Amino acid sequence: MTAATVPPAPPGGQTTYDIAVIGAGVVGAAIARELAGYQVTVALVEARSDVGDGTSKANTAILHTGYDAKPGTLESRLVRRGHQLLGDYAARTGIPVERTGALLVAWTQEELDALPGLKAKAEQNGYDRCQIIGASQVYQELPHLGVGALGALTVPDESIICTWTVPLALATDACLRGTELLLNARVEGADVKDDATVLHTTAGEVRARYVINAAGLGCDTVDRLFGYERFTVTPRRGELLVFDKQARPLVNRIVLPVPTKLGKGVLVSPTIYGNVMLGPTAEDLPDKTATGTSETGFEFLLRKGEKLIPDLLCEEVTASYAGLRAAINRDDYLIDADHDLRYLLVAGIRSTGLTSAMAVAEHVRDLLTKAGLDLTPRGQLPDPPQMPNIGENFTRPYQDAARIAADHAYGRVVCFCERVTAGEIRDAYRSPIPPRDLNGLRRRTRAINGRCQGFYCGAEVLALAGSRGDLTPLGLATQKTR
Amino acid sequence: MTTPADLTTDVLIIGAGPAGLTAAATLAPRLDGQVLVLDREAAAGGIPRHSDHPGYGIRDLKTFISGPAYARRLDSNAAGAGARVQTQTMVTGWAGPRTVEVTSPDGRQRITARAIILATGARERPRTARLIPGDRPDGVYTTGQLQNLVHLHHRTPGTRAVIIGAELVSWSAALTLREAHCQPVLMTSTHHRPESYAAFAIPGRLALRLPVATRTRITKITGRGRVQAVELEHLDTGARRTFDCDTVVFTGDWIPDNELARAAGLDMDPATRGPLIDTAQATSTPGVFAIGNLTHPVDTADIAALDGRAVTGHVLRYLRDGAASTALEIRVLPGDNLLWISPGRINTAVTPPRGRLLSWPRHHIRVPTVTIRQNHTTLSRRRLPWPASPGRVFRIPSSLLADATAKNGPVTVDIA
Repeated sequence: MTAATVPPAPPGGQTTYDIAVIGAGVVGAAIARELAGYQVTVALVEARSDVGDGTSKANTAILHTGYDAKPGTLESRLVRRGHQLLGDYAARTGIPVERTGALLVAWTQEELDALPGLKAKAEQNGYDRCQIIGASQVYQELPHLGVGALGALTVPDESIICTWTVPLALATDACLRGTELLLNARVEGADVKDDATVLHTTAGEVRARYVINAAGLGCDTVDRLFGYERFTVTPRRGELLVFDKQARPLVNRIVLPVPTKLGKGVLVSPTIYGNVMLGPTAEDLPDKTATGTSETGFEFLLRKGEKLIPDLLCEEVTASYAGLRAAINRDDYLIDADHDLRYLLVAGIRSTGLTSAMAVAEHVRDLLTKAGLDLTPRGQLPDPPQMPNIGENFTRPYQDAARIAADHAYGRVVCFCERVTAGEIRDAYRSPIPPRDLNGLRRRTRAINGRCQGFYCGAEVLALAGSRGDLTPLGLATQKTR
Repeated sequence: MTTPADLTTDVLIIGAGPAGLTAAATLAPRLDGQVLVLDREAAAGGIPRHSDHPGYGIRDLKTFISGPAYARRLDSNAAGAGARVQTQTMVTGWAGPRTVEVTSPDGRQRITARAIILATGARERPRTARLIPGDRPDGVYTTGQLQNLVHLHHRTPGTRAVIIGAELVSWSAALTLREAHCQPVLMTSTHHRPESYAAFAIPGRLALRLPVATRTRITKITGRGRVQAVELEHLDTGARRTFDCDTVVFTGDWIPDNELARAAGLDMDPATRGPLIDTAQATSTPGVFAIGNLTHPVDTADIAALDGRAVTGHVLRYLRDGAASTALEIRVLPGDNLLWISPGRINTAVTPPRGRLLSWPRHHIRVPTVTIRQNHTTLSRRRLPWPASPGRVFRIPSSLLADATAKNGPVTVDIA
């Protein structure tokens, strides 16, 4: 089964979906999945060629507890709920999660003095497992931390998660539940008519009775198509450095700075792929496509890194990237339904959206029910998808003797640095939402993401991508039967 | 459904490049036992497999052939000598000091050996490790990826290329680009002169007519989807300019593929970033040896091969007598004008391969003088008749260290 790239055009008239969700990032995918659990038809309309290809793919990949949200806000409630929903969903679908915990390290007296307030705030947010620890315990937990730490607040349930698998799993699940995924369909116009809204997209018209705007960085533009002029998305660029796996023993917890007025600051964290991540910077930009990295960003991060974990700078940098956070000028999520227009806006989901997405979806469902939409649960829902494990803390195919014995394509390591096998690349192309390009393949398998960046494997992975995972050239087309 | 049984062998060689294959070919006939060579690639031969131009086999095979022909010759020499060469087999970790875990299409397996030779080679640092900012478009390669793409997969990289670096390997990249109908239009070097000046006789700088921007570094890559330009900075003036191209090749700037060495907990040499070895090519774990560009990033393939030949005697001696004492070894450190020196430990009773220490100069010195110091005393000083040039290995006769003694601490080797 493969998701459609163009809207279906049945003879005798165009399909009118009950609901169109604009944006197949983590939030849009979660909403589509949730609503597809009811007796409605859903279209998931994405401007780009893949799901999770915007802000969802380039962030700090932390499953937040919501300890530091502003108490009483919608964000606080949805992050808290989302943490539990996504944690459970990850366990059911095989989305890699590692329960590392976090330490909020204080480096100045002022920061140290702020810790009790942060602990109290966490409790107001319903999270009561934070503790304040002294310097010696900080160094016990983080022996490689730079000198000068005075104490820390522990957040034992902050975790790391695979930010690529989450939207893919949710979108796959949505598709299995009957959602139509429309890729390369940038919404450029909207006509609200009596019976339905016509979305004019770069892949043709999409008709839906109700439209949900989860367009992330583009949600202000889409909002204006519905006649609103209520907010502007200011992309906040965050640059990140990913260090070699050999740095991983240096950092076994998420190390957070004490937040200041200027933002959450730079953190250092293990990644689910076994690397160490340092970042992000925070820079407001006018350009919503400015995902380039900068000299000043690198210098800033390296200076920070040297102070946080001095030995980190002795290790090689494997990757650098920049993501854009969809910041809006307000302190909370902006989720608002306009029943007259049959239109619902989901905006300002910013950096907590990965965690809260499934709770946002529930919230959206409740708003739609309140608006009078008939949401009757479907009787029999398909099981959630089993996602390929690309995390380091679970058994990977190359380590799995039984799996290799059953299908020797899992014993053919193609990308050496990341230990990606030919079988996994083939599987990606056979999955319900296959990669459309090399970057899509990288996000599904980790191929070429390692320290050599293609020196060894680049050409072979490209060849496999060209054959869409056909292993015949590798002599691995048939499964082992002996 | 089968899973292969765990295996024991006498000597396990990890990496079937010039060093590993030559070690296998030399060792197999002299060893009463099995030599097994593992390589994770689909074919044996290592980097020369995709360096499709002549210049291989000069010092080891006394011949002058192309990389792929050289790779095939080494492979058949090893097999002909009785070694078993197994490809598509990746060593993924260690289960003991001389026991490894491997993955291959045949399954997951543990292999235990009496002695292990690490010959995992080196790779070029990619753009990310060099911290070059900007957009992240397609069209950015290392020489390794480029040559793989062109020679093994017959793809076209682009139309107009800038080559970062002016070492021997950079000219190899230029040849590959031209063969693939991608015009190399500029080469850059951070030095005052191309590093491989006078060394690249064949086919030569003039034949390629490729301008080299010296004292130049790359500061940015731009392009959405595909490379559109690079930003270049002149190191002396700080002036920056934009240069249009659709392909960028990062060459040189080698780093040993040290993952297995580090995973084994071997003492590492912070200068080479490979395992610390002595003149007998022994690492800090008894029975584990390291050869080739894993220990000196990088010298030419034939020198790596000669490492493989030289290690044979040391391995046989170890299998017969056990590990030699390292008590009298002397640490050798690079001076200010050298990036690294190898081997990093001198066993005064053992001469290194070819009687040379290998080093990497930071600057070009036309007539260099080598100085050996130990404990604030100059042990020896000698002018060498060959130039020191960044971008290729500078060889230092090990006889210059003859007066060093273990009790006086580390020896520093420098050039001026």
